[in-house]
Amino acid sequence: MSRSEVLRATGPTASASMDVKIGMKKDGTITAGQIFFRMQGGAFPGMSPIGEALPCAFACYDIPALKHEAVEVIANRPKAAAYRAPGSPMAAFAVESMVDEMCRELKLDPIEVRLKNGAKNGSKSSYGPIYTMIGLQETLEAAKAHPNYAIPLGPNQGRGVASGFWFNHGGETSVSLAVGEDGTATVMIGTPDIGGSRASIGLMVAETLGIPYEDVRVNVVETGALGVNEPTHGSRATFASGKAAVEAARQAIAEMCRRAAADWGIDADAVEWKDGAAHPAGPNAGKHPPMTIGEIGAKMGSTGGPISGHHEVTAGGYGASFGTHVVDVEVDPETGRTTVIRYLVVQDAGTAIHPAYVEGQYQGGAAQGIGWALNEEYVYGTDGRLQNPVFLDYRIPVASDLPMIDTVIIEVPNPGHPYGVRGVGETGITPPLPAIAAAIAGATGARIRSLPCTPPKVLAAIKALRG
Amino acid sequence: MRYHTPTSFTDAAAIAARATGTLRFLAGGTDVLVQMRAGMVQPDDLIDLKHIPGVDKIEQTPDGGWKIGIAVPGIVLGGHAALVRDWPGVVEGMNLVGSTQVQGRATLAGNLCNGSPAADSVPGLIAAGAMVTVTGPSGSRDIPVEAVPAGPGKTNLAKGEVISSITLPPRGKNGGDAYLRFIPRTEMDIAVVGCAVSLRLDGDKIVEARVALGAVAPTVLLSEACAKAIIGTTLDDAALAALTKAAEGAAKPISDKRGTKEFRIEVAGVLARRAAKIAYDRAKGLTK
Ligand SMILES: Cc1cc2nc3c(=O)[nH]c(=O)nc-3n(C[C@H](O)[C@H](O)[C@H](O)COP(=O)(O)OP(=O)(O)OC[C@H]3O[C@@H](n4cnc5c(N)ncnc54)[C@H](O)[C@@H]3O)c2cc1C
Repeated sequence: MSRSEVLRATGPTASASMDVKIGMKKDGTITAGQIFFRMQGGAFPGMSPIGEALPCAFACYDIPALKHEAVEVIANRPKAAAYRAPGSPMAAFAVESMVDEMCRELKLDPIEVRLKNGAKNGSKSSYGPIYTMIGLQETLEAAKAHPNYAIPLGPNQGRGVASGFWFNHGGETSVSLAVGEDGTATVMIGTPDIGGSRASIGLMVAETLGIPYEDVRVNVVETGALGVNEPTHGSRATFASGKAAVEAARQAIAEMCRRAAADWGIDADAVEWKDGAAHPAGPNAGKHPPMTIGEIGAKMGSTGGPISGHHEVTAGGYGASFGTHVVDVEVDPETGRTTVIRYLVVQDAGTAIHPAYVEGQYQGGAAQGIGWALNEEYVYGTDGRLQNPVFLDYRIPVASDLPMIDTVIIEVPNPGHPYGVRGVGETGITPPLPAIAAAIAGATGARIRSLPCTPPKVLAAIKALRG
Repeated sequence: MRYHTPTSFTDAAAIAARATGTLRFLAGGTDVLVQMRAGMVQPDDLIDLKHIPGVDKIEQTPDGGWKIGIAVPGIVLGGHAALVRDWPGVVEGMNLVGSTQVQGRATLAGNLCNGSPAADSVPGLIAAGAMVTVTGPSGSRDIPVEAVPAGPGKTNLAKGEVISSITLPPRGKNGGDAYLRFIPRTEMDIAVVGCAVSLRLDGDKIVEARVALGAVAPTVLLSEACAKAIIGTTLDDAALAALTKAAEGAAKPISDKRGTKEFRIEVAGVLARRAAKIAYDRAKGLTK
């Protein structure tokens, strides 16, 4: 497909409009929340992410009384497609903008208000389940303590804060692992790598097998080579394929322990695996020198045949990832043009297996959210046709539009994963929309209630305020 | 498609005059090749002008002006210290075009003849009072840059005519120029509004001025009213207010996907004010 066909035909996210009502006491205590969302995803029912938007809306809060309502609107528009944390950014734009507006009105610190009302371990989530182990409070504390939050603002500058949420996902997952004759391991996964998941899975397998990362190779294989795999969606790849890969590695380890046990003439139970080798489990197992994965691999043909592991599961145990962003903008009061001058992402990764890739997801989410907040927009003509199906006019941020995006990785391990992994891919696109609108409100006094915050819109809002 | 490589403008004009189908000249090709790749235009005759001797030269004229070859790319203009000293506004307009890669090819003549009302180098050329030499089947004539564009994608050049050089007048003493454009991002956008101001001072007072506005009408506009608003002033607040009003009045934009009419009118005033201040400071020698 050409770029223009991609923009016209592969589906934007849904269009949405939201009403929010929040009850807040003067001390910042939130007493109740109510939303009514409308989402349009094209000509067919069920194409908009209304089902995700509602549970995401108040997911960051512990509020005693909530009401969620929504309708889906059907229209002759291109069908919507899943777009990073489907539904969550719109929900956050509505709720977090409202919270920010109330904080400004009551002169309360937006982080303090979120700390006060934010979801904690043991809170009943807005969508039902009890949160057992989450890291929202930690992200808020880290944002509060970060130097960016204390930097004095200049003229026409404003600071915005918002939190965001994504459930994350497990899903149908099938992974195989083969031990090589040279003691290396090859892992076959079915989730395409869109941001570093192979490296992270390789690290987890290496850790489990007790061998160097360089000795593990992770391949994304074709559909029929494994059991059914859901695609890389829902921020599930490193979590679910990683979890299954660890299980597959444990299977291979069990088999390698059996081979060593047979060689040593002891019970398999009397063998333990550590540092890439089988060891006798204790003094009763007898004195045998460790047998490495390389030694076991080299003679596997004559000790029972190929050694592999395989795990398939509809993965449960995924844990939500919460994030808090702090952004500083400068608005040109004469043109309404917004420049992002400082940006901070704080997000809970569970465990950051590969911190640089985690950081990449945080920065990518922020950049994509900044585009949505400031300039990205599908412009339809009166004939209903898309007028800007090229990157010249569908204005995603270019590198020079963005400051260095600072990151803080919070690690509140997810108990549902052997190494504590949560997904990190989607949460990051959620806070930028309300955070930037809040920062613009700080810089200009004008509250932008629809996205993107284009220069004409911001300028008109500034002028309306001046009267 | 017939691809021609004439070695003189007379030959180029003759080939162009004979052509019966779709014709394009090839300078840097950053418009024409992109349009061909996109299927927007399929020329029957494509006349490459880069084989003509001298088209890559920048020369000082005897009176102290500058004669610029039609194939001189933006990056060469930007690297020419003496030209930048004389006409920083003209050069900064051209240097806003595209990226470093595009700068290696894109030319003033191509930017002008592509006929976009948003062309970034054209307001600067018009404000500077630049002339182009047009060579046709029956000889050459010199016309001001503002006489070239006829509307989006159209020029007033007659069949068989080609621009053979661009001439900037002598800058002389106490002059300064500037170009500003408004885009929502920092790069890779088409001007929503552009404005160039060139002026000359006598002491603190503006004695000559030309103001051109881009992307607010079917062609780049030369606004007499804007010039009048600041001539005879020291660019004080009253003059800036008058200039703002004049620019808003001169702007006749449409609303489209790149910006609304109201926004363009307002920003025309803002840019005129800001460009005038820069040009003024340059004329005073306060900034480069
Ligand atoms: C990625 C990208 C970014 C861009 N960004 C900008 C931007 O920011 N601002 C902007 O203004 N433009 C921009 N452009 C457009 C383009 O680069 C400029 O208009 C450039 O100056 C065209 O010059 P050229 O020499 O490449 O023209 P060409 O493509 O060679 O020619 C353009 C047109 O002029 C005619 N022509 C050329 N020379 C002559 C001549 N001597 N006599 C008569 N007719 C002639 C041709 O027939 C053709 O119709 C961009 C283009 C690209 C690809």
